Amino acid sequence: MNEQIDKNVVLEFDGVSMTYHTKTGETLAAKDMSFCVREGEFIAVIGPSGCGKTTVLSLAAGLLKPSSGSIRVRGGKTGAEIFGYMLQRDELFPWRTVEENIFLPLEIQKKNTAENRRRALDLAEKYGLGNFLKHYPDQLSGGMRQRAALIRTLAIQPEILLLDEPFSALDYQTRLSVCDDVYNIIRSEKKTALLVTHDISEAISVADRILVLSARPARVVAAHELEFGSTVPLKRRESPRFSVWFELLWKELNI
Amino acid sequence: MKKQTNYSPEHALYLKKVRRGSAVVQIVRIGLLLVILGIWELIADLQLVDPFIISSPSRIAAMIGDLASDGSLFYHIGTTLWETLAGFAIAVVFGTGIALALWWSDTARRVLEPYIVVLNSLPKIALGPVIIVWFGTGSTAIVFMTVLVGIIVAIMNMLGGFMATDQNKILLLRSMGASKLQILTKLVIPSAIPQFIGMLKICVGMAWIGSIMGEYIVSKAGLGYLIVYGGQVFKLDLVMAATAILCVLAAGMYALVALAEKFLVKNSRS
Repeated sequence: MNEQIDKNVVLEFDGVSMTYHTKTGETLAAKDMSFCVREGEFIAVIGPSGCGKTTVLSLAAGLLKPSSGSIRVRGGKTGAEIFGYMLQRDELFPWRTVEENIFLPLEIQKKNTAENRRRALDLAEKYGLGNFLKHYPDQLSGGMRQRAALIRTLAIQPEILLLDEPFSALDYQTRLSVCDDVYNIIRSEKKTALLVTHDISEAISVADRILVLSARPARVVAAHELEFGSTVPLKRRESPRFSVWFELLWKELNI
Repeated sequence: MKKQTNYSPEHALYLKKVRRGSAVVQIVRIGLLLVILGIWELIADLQLVDPFIISSPSRIAAMIGDLASDGSLFYHIGTTLWETLAGFAIAVVFGTGIALALWWSDTARRVLEPYIVVLNSLPKIALGPVIIVWFGTGSTAIVFMTVLVGIIVAIMNMLGGFMATDQNKILLLRSMGASKLQILTKLVIPSAIPQFIGMLKICVGMAWIGSIMGEYIVSKAGLGYLIVYGGQVFKLDLVMAATAILCVLAAGMYALVALAEKFLVKNSRS
């Protein structure tokens, strides 16, 4: 690898293996996994269900320590300093208003300054939550809640977003539009993102690069650079190349 | 959300119906009480059953009047109320505190779990003699009994609430780099508020059981004492009067907790 590419790498997995231990035995969840994420890139990781996709994110975020191999983050930063984690559900706290929910990570990381709050509120304003700041999450639609969850994630200005099937709890209609919505925000904020999903079409509609994992123990079996003219998910879904990719990835998943 | 003020005629009609419905419930509710009291009074007045055995509303009222006029009523109410409230407060505060400690330490929880289960199943009244020997025959013994009856329930309820905290929300906080103390204060405690209210309601009942049971075993004053004494000398009017006052006090305390619930839930919306 030359100097130039190295500099752009923000996250690198190098021969990472992960074993879970329970009373009844041990499970090898990931085996010799290597890949890197470059700055500004949107990577989707797909794999058969139960293959250990979430493990990849937990390892990246530092919530789990790999059994062997190493995970390198640019600048030697760890966990919460650089990552913003988005879970399958919005996980907004029902006893906090939208605004208070968005401030939550600032409170946790003791960065609850007027300036940081201002910046978080500007984001909320910019992405259409301005009128809902004093509302409680149960007064919001599913799509709005996801948006609030994203703004909360962005409030601490993470360099890399980790997305764990962030829309799997939504119904199909909402999902398409929220997916469009959220990925446009991520693109326009120029964030690096690592998405894990079992939804092939979602991966194709958003990613620059797709990594295909094998069944457990998960290994990276293929990597594809996607070439679409557009980064708009709904446009991509209409492209003739979409079904070509879909078929290819479908086959790779079912080997 | 703003309250809607301009209704369509159908909606106004609907609201009227709802209001009339709840008014009917209120009236029937009070009517039922009056009817029962009336029948009771009638049976006693007509000597269908000896009023010496069943007492009657008017005799109970007269008894309460007697007790009030020489001031002893308030002394007995004060004694029982103090014992109940002190025992309730101690059980709630320490019960919640111990539950927090058990949530915090996995090891402590695993070590202590069987002890808590055994203490929960143990009928606390079995400890009566021990309590008398240790704490004497005063109010202290009764407060201790009240705490004993309430605290295990408080611990088990709150621990259940704390342990039921959404694992995904804990994961979310951990991914933000939260410490265990932050997870506790930002998530575990606020999300256990409904559980806390539920525990308060149960503990109100437990506290009255504890204090009256304590007064049955050992006391020189209090409503439980009046009931036992009345039973021993066959003064059913006294027994009934004390019981009626007990009903009112217990209902009042429950109403206070319900009020606290409204306040807490309004501020937590959980």
